[in-house]
Amino acid sequence: MTRPIRQHLEVPVADGDGERYSLRMGPQHPATHGVLRVDLELDGETIVECTPQVGYLHRGFEKLAESKTYAQGLILTDRLDYIAAMANNVGYCVAVERLLGIPVPMRAKYIRTIVGEMSRLCSHLLWLATHALDIGAMTVFLYCFREREILLDLFEELCGARLTFSYPRIGGVRQDVTGWFIDELQRFIDIFPSRIEEYETLIDTNRIWLKRTVGIGKITGEEALDLGLTGACLRGSGINYDIRKHQPYDAYDQVEFAVPLGSEGDVYARYRCRMEEMHQSIRIIQQCIDQLPPGPIVSPEAPELVMPNKAKATIQAGRSEYGTSLIRLIRERDIFLSGDVYVATEVPKGELGFYFISDGNNRPYRMHIRSPSFIHIGALSQIARGELIADLIANIGSLDVVLGESDR
Amino acid sequence: MEPMAIAERLRSEFPEEVLQIYTYQGQTAVVVRPERIVAMLRWLRETDDLRMNHLRSLCGVDNARRKDPGLSRFEVVYNLYSIPLRHEIRLRAEVGDEDPAIDSVVELWSGANWLERETYDLLGIEFVNHPDLRRVLLPEDWEGYPLRKEYPLKGEAEWAGMTELLDKIKELDQYGFKPDGHDRNRSDPSKEAK
Repeated sequence: MTRPIRQHLEVPVADGDGERYSLRMGPQHPATHGVLRVDLELDGETIVECTPQVGYLHRGFEKLAESKTYAQGLILTDRLDYIAAMANNVGYCVAVERLLGIPVPMRAKYIRTIVGEMSRLCSHLLWLATHALDIGAMTVFLYCFREREILLDLFEELCGARLTFSYPRIGGVRQDVTGWFIDELQRFIDIFPSRIEEYETLIDTNRIWLKRTVGIGKITGEEALDLGLTGACLRGSGINYDIRKHQPYDAYDQVEFAVPLGSEGDVYARYRCRMEEMHQSIRIIQQCIDQLPPGPIVSPEAPELVMPNKAKATIQAGRSEYGTSLIRLIRERDIFLSGDVYVATEVPKGELGFYFISDGNNRPYRMHIRSPSFIHIGALSQIARGELIADLIANIGSLDVVLGESDR
Repeated sequence: MEPMAIAERLRSEFPEEVLQIYTYQGQTAVVVRPERIVAMLRWLRETDDLRMNHLRSLCGVDNARRKDPGLSRFEVVYNLYSIPLRHEIRLRAEVGDEDPAIDSVVELWSGANWLERETYDLLGIEFVNHPDLRRVLLPEDWEGYPLRKEYPLKGEAEWAGMTELLDKIKELDQYGFKPDGHDRNRSDPSKEAK
């Protein structure tokens, strides 16, 4: 029996001008790493036109943040780039601290640098696993997950969560690190460089891997800047731009590390950059462990985690005579400065920027998130045009996009 | 170069356009008129000792409930950074109250394409000469602009596309497509066995 539903399963016919046909890839496709849809216009297997469509995961964070206090807004950032949630948390906290002028104790800065780099390792491991899987190197997949599991266990020890941490807080971090955590982290970074070598022996000089990556998706430095690419995608094209060096935050100005650069700007160069970045992350974590200073982990200037709304706070202040509520009320309502800042941090995907406007209230007047994934997907149509459809998979993988961050 | 010095040079180059210069937390911002925004950004990008070659972010703001006096209803904010010279500046273009519009900067940075689409999508600011100004995050038949201050946080009605989707499910149901676990009326097989 022929049913109307069958018509969607038939191969699209050519529309008059040669062999050209259109193909809708995604949003349910294993190689698009989430709910990315790409509308393709094909001539044989060559891409003539490539139109990415996003928004399937849009949750309106920018609107939502305007109704939340600064402390509450932190949990939204977990859901941006859920592979490296810790890096987003740190980025949010750094931005709010700059906006409201809150100092951070040195120990908290070091801890945040450690967890930020651990989160970079997590993200790069997942990227390597899935990117390799997408273009046919299946072996490396579970090797990467083996090491990622250790990192997630460490995060669990630190804050009880494995995915959505909300561990840093404005003005510091939530809890201090334990001795067990430091010991296990030390053991991990002792073995990890040999594990990276293991991945490299599997794919680095593999002929199939080289065929699929070398010379594919070439972007020159000029083009990368024009498209607004950041992170490893920009550094793979030879532009030296790393916010950890350019505008250091947390403890990045206290540690030594190099910024790996590529020159070819192809998929292979971006792969090499990320592999080298993992080595550098290990260096940073080692130095942070060695230098970790004693002291408090949260600033006394940090806003209270529970902020009463105006009506509630007024009642509380009325009841107490010079009580703590009154002091809290003054701190929450009046100490907040008004102004605007744009603060960027280097997350695994690129430059994550928060543009905040404060009008003195305990909620942000406007929060804009400059998410690297959104801009990278926007650049996809220019990068993929004229290449083969099979290379589109390699390109999406090497841009390293996360749709939660792109759609917000 | 010091950000304040950049702002002053911008003022001397475009005296008619610059409305206000201020510094907050070490970051300098320039409030400007919208008409010559492309010329200003091009000048910032191509002058030898400025070279603002990286457009960090572009976003819109609804000033309806902002306390600062003298601002127009909407503005577009450009954050620029110079990778070779390591300095930054922010431009805030006041784009008017009714039917806000400003020239597109896609000719300077192709990366601005999606950022401008997003600003149009969420705030309804038109970008003149934009090559492909469509909604990007919301469905194309969405009504209203969510980041405007009068837009409610929680809607009252269902999105039209949702009712269409439910109708489609009903339509497909008549072909007998009932995968396991989706049929609510199905009796429990473990009980049937007894």
